[in-house]
Amino acid sequence: MDILRKISEALQNGNNEKVTMLTKKAVEENISPKEILDKGLIEGMNIIGDKYKNHIIFLPDVLLAAKAMYGGIALLKPMFIEGNMPSAGKVVIGTVQGDLHDIGKNLVGIMLKGAGFEVIDLGNNVPPEKFVRTVKKENASIVGMSTLLTTTMPVMRDVVNLIKKENLEDSIKIIVGGAPVSAEFAREIGADAYSYDSANAVETVKALIAEKDEGKEYKVKSGE
Amino acid sequence: MEDILKRIRQNEIFVADGAMGTMLMKRGLKPGTPPESFNITHPEILENIAKLYLDAGAEIIQTNTFGASPLKLSFYSLESQTEEINRNAVFAVKKIVNKNAYISGSCGPSGKLLKPYGDTGTEIIYNSFKKQINALISAGVNIICAETMTDLTEITLAVKAAKSISSSIPVMATMTFDPTPKGFYTIMGVNIEKAAKGLEDAGADIIGSNCGNGIENMVKIAKKFKEVSKLPIIIQSNAGVPEIKNGKTLYPETPDFMAEKAKELVSIGVSIIGGCCGTTPEHIRAIREMVDRMKQ
Repeated sequence: MDILRKISEALQNGNNEKVTMLTKKAVEENISPKEILDKGLIEGMNIIGDKYKNHIIFLPDVLLAAKAMYGGIALLKPMFIEGNMPSAGKVVIGTVQGDLHDIGKNLVGIMLKGAGFEVIDLGNNVPPEKFVRTVKKENASIVGMSTLLTTTMPVMRDVVNLIKKENLEDSIKIIVGGAPVSAEFAREIGADAYSYDSANAVETVKALIAEKDEGKEYKVKSGE
Repeated sequence: MEDILKRIRQNEIFVADGAMGTMLMKRGLKPGTPPESFNITHPEILENIAKLYLDAGAEIIQTNTFGASPLKLSFYSLESQTEEINRNAVFAVKKIVNKNAYISGSCGPSGKLLKPYGDTGTEIIYNSFKKQINALISAGVNIICAETMTDLTEITLAVKAAKSISSSIPVMATMTFDPTPKGFYTIMGVNIEKAAKGLEDAGADIIGSNCGNGIENMVKIAKKFKEVSKLPIIIQSNAGVPEIKNGKTLYPETPDFMAEKAKELVSIGVSIIGGCCGTTPEHIRAIREMVDRMKQ
């Protein structure tokens, strides 16, 4: 449908007002909110994610597209029955305690939302207990942790241990990332996966959820 | 001291100091604590580090003020101490340096994203830099160094803020680039050509790159800067990309390796060579010896 393609294009151009205007128009044309979401907003964000991954565009373009996407989603949200907004899964993310860097983590949040996930972003400087409390409260299936500092990497291990202590390791999958983090480190602390950038984080979260649904163990990727 | 820009024009090559953050961690900086807090609590440690680098042969010593703009300090609710934090850092270096090295006031990113992709206006970031740089210059730095920047608008705000306080103070401006299939870009999408032009237009005196992905990439970055600009170039490389072994952070590039590669930087015509994350006084000493050998 032409208007959905236009929504996707306006989103890719980071044109917040146009995305909002077109989303309203699509609703008036009786296109289902789910279709607007999937084939307009998420479709546009997928293309943005691909272009970012391939260095065709850079961070400012992604941030502008995300703003436009949020504008569209805000319009659609009330149209879904309470709690029935279609979701690819629920992910809790945050930068671990002691670290205030959040650009990378925010980008992961944007890309996950762009891929249709429900994201609960705890911000930065997040204590281990808060990760675990939120995961339980929200009944999330994935927890994603980020850090830029080598000094705060051990906090990731604390979160993993706390999740194990609470016997949540079967229901929660743990993914870690950030500049000093590696697949090797993820394995060492007992996390389920590592991802090296935001686009890869989406793929990895999708794989974790798929494997989890099948009840299989997802192996930490190596060599990346 | 003689104007560093004049000496650079006479083809002198300078060695700058190495890392600060990783040195502070080895000396007890706790996770989650801003390195600048040491300016108030442990100025003697700053003096020690300055002395180590001076003894290693650095002629430019940076202040521990990378995150000491009021905007960045506000992440830790320390913004009301902006002046004291900057002043103490300069005084610590001044105590050690006695006209045998230049004091360079480090000025890092604000930690905020500019409008329209972020939420912060240019005037807020400009005023933040101005406040920090004013404190640095009042305390007696010889150079201002805006570094590790990725957003061209943001770094030009720092350069302009410095020049608005003192039109004569030399300003160094360095950005951090990553290799992509299309060449080197900052995460905000600035390539070297754009960076060089933008920094020159803003009034920077010395331009280049710091931090990054190891000194081999820096050689390529320096070549590109030389192609697109006539301004003197500064390169301050990380000792490679950090690796974690048994829970410890290791920077893979040794002093000898970096010194060997720094030879290429000299051949390209880089005017100032120093270190960034993971470099130590040993790295700086090795680079110093190499530069001295090449002078002969």
